Amino acid sequence: MTLTRAEVDRIIALLEGSRFDRLSLEMDGLKLDLVRSGATPSAPRAAPPPVEIAPPPPPPVARDGLVEVKSPLLGIYYRAPRPGEPPFVEVGARVEPDTIIGIIEVMKLMNTARAGVTGEVVEIVAANGEMVEHGETLLLVRPD
Amino acid sequence: MAIRRLFIANRGEIAVRIIRTCRALGIETVLGVSEADRGSLGAHLADRVLCIGPAQPALSYLRVETIVQAALGSGCDAIHPGYGFLSERADLARLCEAEGVIFVGPTAEQIEAVGDKLRARAAAEEAGVPVIPGGAAGTPDEARALAAAIGVPILVKAAGGGGGRGMKLVEDARDLAATMDMASAEAGAAFGDARVYLEHYVATGRHIEVQVLGDGAGGVIHLGERDCSVQRRYQKLIEETPAPHLPAVTRDALHAAAVRFAARLSYRGAGTVEFLYDVPRDAFYFLEMNARIQVEHPVTEAVTGIDLIAEQIAIAEGRGLRFAQEDVSCAGAAIECRINAEDPARDFAPSPGTVSTVRWPTGEGIRVDTHIIDGARIPPFYDSMIAKVIAHGADRAEALARLRAALANTRIEGIATNLAFQTAILADADFARGGVDTGFLARFLDQRIAA
Repeated sequence: MTLTRAEVDRIIALLEGSRFDRLSLEMDGLKLDLVRSGATPSAPRAAPPPVEIAPPPPPPVARDGLVEVKSPLLGIYYRAPRPGEPPFVEVGARVEPDTIIGIIEVMKLMNTARAGVTGEVVEIVAANGEMVEHGETLLLVRPD
Repeated sequence: MAIRRLFIANRGEIAVRIIRTCRALGIETVLGVSEADRGSLGAHLADRVLCIGPAQPALSYLRVETIVQAALGSGCDAIHPGYGFLSERADLARLCEAEGVIFVGPTAEQIEAVGDKLRARAAAEEAGVPVIPGGAAGTPDEARALAAAIGVPILVKAAGGGGGRGMKLVEDARDLAATMDMASAEAGAAFGDARVYLEHYVATGRHIEVQVLGDGAGGVIHLGERDCSVQRRYQKLIEETPAPHLPAVTRDALHAAAVRFAARLSYRGAGTVEFLYDVPRDAFYFLEMNARIQVEHPVTEAVTGIDLIAEQIAIAEGRGLRFAQEDVSCAGAAIECRINAEDPARDFAPSPGTVSTVRWPTGEGIRVDTHIIDGARIPPFYDSMIAKVIAHGADRAEALARLRAALANTRIEGIATNLAFQTAILADADFARGGVDTGFLARFLDQRIAA
């Protein structure tokens, strides 16, 4: 099911002629959200949650005082945003809890993995493009 | 296509059960476990273990994409969903189809056809299988007219429900409209489908189901029936085959009806067609079909000698049915007791914890399907069933005697279980006579409280 440009225009005209400020339409995998400009989105539809995995709980301290940064879910680990681009982090890089350290792909859905700790990357443990388990160590970080 | 490596998308005893058959068939196993199940028996037995997420099922065992990603990433060519969890989720079957992974089960379309109870009811009627008087009612007027025709008491059922969930009883026709509104609102919230339908309430019934195998091309055979009438709040506790004291003509008609229903869907794999048997009228009605392996499958295996998991795998490999109806014969009787980590003294509250020591029974005709060994943890996140004790004998009396002896030789320390409760049921005179209805257990509990 798709909508033509003309059909979307007609739906917009209907919204403009109505007393509503907002219209959400969902049909067969297609989703259309229209908001009248200037309208205060009084009760906006809850947007689908961004694909953002909560930062892992404070990671356990591993050997030599290093912290293991673990994968928040099972999937394919990518060190870079895209093939050919530089990795998010290299050995020696400084990370903060929010620093993105990689992408975990689950059936074409990309999830960001974050460091969850402040410190310096000492070792990249997981291999780029390989599957990692939930809880598998991705990096070792020397915490501050 | 021969399956070389199988991903098991389940846990507990059924994961162990699937691994056992895979070993016999020379198929490698990869088990997806949650964090809580890393140390489980299944994790020790599988060839490879992948942690798929945290303990909460919604973040691990119920994640369709994670399961398929784990199977693809570990080089599995098939996924076995077991029972519960994702076993009857059409979206898993569909994603498997899209990714070229064999789903050990029916097609996504068949799962949907039987998952919609109203659609399944219509399919039963088309297949000439008796259904309980009732049907859909779109408007309050239609509902009133239908209620007048079928008579009270009436069950209001959710089209998206099943397995005893999403039902409400109406004893007075004046309550019908209000109950339907409430049932519809609840069904919408619970199943994402607000449609409800009406069925006459059969007060004295037995739950009898028929095991079928379909090749996916219209060929269907049955492997006899199971009587699962000993239930507490629609949860089965004891299952047996054959169904005691069932007239031979009725038994044959039941088997034939199940085969007709599954054949109409060109059903693929192992499935169970459930019926309500109206005892005083010697009549049976279609309830629903379960599109998966059932918890109680071992009693059928005991009397037929057929490994149902192996047949599921053979069908999934495209090898069809490996025997004809006349090759299937049922020898003797078998009874299964479910052992649950729950405390009958505290209204059957779940009792998770660590099993310090356990002793399972052995002996002639005894089989135990379990994942519980000394030191096993029972996490609070999952179903409380921890084992099934199955006894097979030349006849029902021998099977029952063996099961009683087996339970007497079972010890589970460290957690509360329903072992003593099950022992008491097996000692009951009505149960020993056989053929109790689904109201038996409630009466049994009332008597115990009164005593």
